[in-house]
Amino acid sequence: MPRIPLGATIEAFIDFLVTNFSFLTIAFTRIMENVIRYLENGLLFLPPWLFIFMVAGIAFWLTRKWGIALFTLLGLMLIWNMGLWVATVSTITLVLIATLTALSIGVPIGILAALNNGVNRVVQPILDVMQTMPAFVYLIPAIPFFGLGKVAAIFATVIFSMPPAIRLTCLGIQQVPRELVECADAFGSSKWQKLFKLQLPLATPTIMAGVNQTVMLGLSMVVIAAMIGARGLGGEVWRAIQRLQMGSGFEAGIGIVIVAIILDRVLQHVGTKKR
Amino acid sequence: MSEREKEPKIRVNQLTKIFGSHSQEALKMLHDGASKDEILEKTGCGVGVSQASFTVDEGEIVVVMGLSGSGKSTLVRCINRLIEPTAGEIFIDDQDITSLSSDELRHVRLSKLGMVFQNFALFPHRTVCQNAEYGLEIRGMAPAARREKAMIALEQVGLSGWEDYYPANLSGGMQQRVGLARALALDPDILLMDEAFSALDPLIRSDMQDELISLQSRMRKTIVFISHDLDEALKLGDRLVLMKDGAIVQIGTAEEILTNPANDYVARFVENVDLTKVLTAESVMVKPKATVLLSAHGPKSALRFMQKQQLSQIFVHDKDQKVIGLVSADAASEGVQRHETELHHIMQTDFVSVAPDTPAADLIPIMANLPYPLPVVGSDGKLKGVVIRGSLLAALAERGRNNNA
Repeated sequence: MPRIPLGATIEAFIDFLVTNFSFLTIAFTRIMENVIRYLENGLLFLPPWLFIFMVAGIAFWLTRKWGIALFTLLGLMLIWNMGLWVATVSTITLVLIATLTALSIGVPIGILAALNNGVNRVVQPILDVMQTMPAFVYLIPAIPFFGLGKVAAIFATVIFSMPPAIRLTCLGIQQVPRELVECADAFGSSKWQKLFKLQLPLATPTIMAGVNQTVMLGLSMVVIAAMIGARGLGGEVWRAIQRLQMGSGFEAGIGIVIVAIILDRVLQHVGTKKR
Repeated sequence: MSEREKEPKIRVNQLTKIFGSHSQEALKMLHDGASKDEILEKTGCGVGVSQASFTVDEGEIVVVMGLSGSGKSTLVRCINRLIEPTAGEIFIDDQDITSLSSDELRHVRLSKLGMVFQNFALFPHRTVCQNAEYGLEIRGMAPAARREKAMIALEQVGLSGWEDYYPANLSGGMQQRVGLARALALDPDILLMDEAFSALDPLIRSDMQDELISLQSRMRKTIVFISHDLDEALKLGDRLVLMKDGAIVQIGTAEEILTNPANDYVARFVENVDLTKVLTAESVMVKPKATVLLSAHGPKSALRFMQKQQLSQIFVHDKDQKVIGLVSADAASEGVQRHETELHHIMQTDFVSVAPDTPAADLIPIMANLPYPLPVVGSDGKLKGVVIRGSLLAALAERGRNNNA
């Protein structure tokens, strides 16, 4: 029995895309790299202590919890103290861009999937593949399109972290009680009015849970992304692995955990604050 | 009968709704007279509503009745096309609803059709006032204007002061008042009420029914009310539409249906009706045998009237026929002995009376210890009749027999 050339076919297809379209993606990469650099420099422009106080203040403003504000303050101070400040800002920038991209693609797709059965039937199996395919696999085609570096890492992170945003947006909208949707219809609402006045507000807690998941998955990608040159905290871990430096590996790891806890607690409160 | 001649507000003609993918086949079978079960077996389609025709006049409350699964909810949802009818026509003000485009339909829903839902269907993320504003907001009314209108609607249903609470803070009865206010704020011609009070406690439900009746006496909306509760239907409905298995079995007033059930099903449906709730003081009262005019008669003539008619009390009225008191035989004979000439001095002016539309159920406790016949007094103060214990029992027994026949 002949071997089915599945791998060869996929490779040929990607090669075709690379040959014909990579000039576009490479140009895009150049622009993005500059955007990222400006963003990072902007964040690094402030002295770390001022930045840390501001973040703690924002955390308190969003959650109204002293505990979370205090943890943010001490956690970031510790990171600064460990000499990981620049790496952390770089990681936060990367996660920020990747998650915002994932959300701005994922939430509209989730809405479409919830409102349209056909879209839903196409999207669901794609999501299954996206979620179960090992994240490393995305890294391989990311390199020819975006080159080694942060943009390729962002691309892989976006794909890896998008599914929960789509799924939970879709679920949140589908969970709006049928009687309420019927009521909105009975009062003559248009599709847009129904979406913005009823479905999205009621789906917000669920969508925010999806946003939280997306951010967490984005963070979990930073170490993997470091393998294609994303640097940041992941880069520190990656270097520690290669040199077998347990101490600095753990320090960078703790830095990632602190950033993750801060983002998680703050986002959870943003999602559940409304009744 | 002149009311029947004018064009009805809603006219439903041969309306059919079939659920399932082979609806055309099922429709053909239905026209050939196949039963619901046969159609389900052959085509796999469920018949929701089967060739229903009825009309609703302007300002009328029609209650669509039936057990759960009888198609009443489907029927009412076809009227505003929340459910698309399979066949048949629906006219509102002579406009064929079934042929409207989706934009035109939205416009009709916005301008003419208010709806109240069984489980209230309030938007939990909006305050009471924002809920009441919803329809106006959809219409594109400016915030200040729509708030003002919503507040008026909330006041109508007795919820002033609650406008900034969220629905979750309100009791069931109050939530449904919000639901009602949301529909009323739009000032629609037609209210569709889908089991609007069924989710409420019996006492609250009864309050809401009274409230709806009093609102209706002021607003004269055209109301299609769905209910599975016969007592509720009898209380609210000007006419009832009785449904079974998607088809209409009988249409008529409460009295018509109770006294002349169209078939065994209707008869069984209505056999447990508490007749005391259907019958009113007006229908069980009798004409007073005699009354006396205050200015023309004295104790002597009053006593003579009573002896002649074998009464132990007699009602006294003034020149305008208004009842002002009653005189008992004892008091009259005492007055005669004291040579009293005016009824004034022996007349009892403090007496209980009821309005003609008081349900018979309410009469029984009033009459329990009443030493005189219960006068039924119209809004003009004139004596319409009296209810005596015998006449009340006789009326109940009489209707009861017809009902079981």
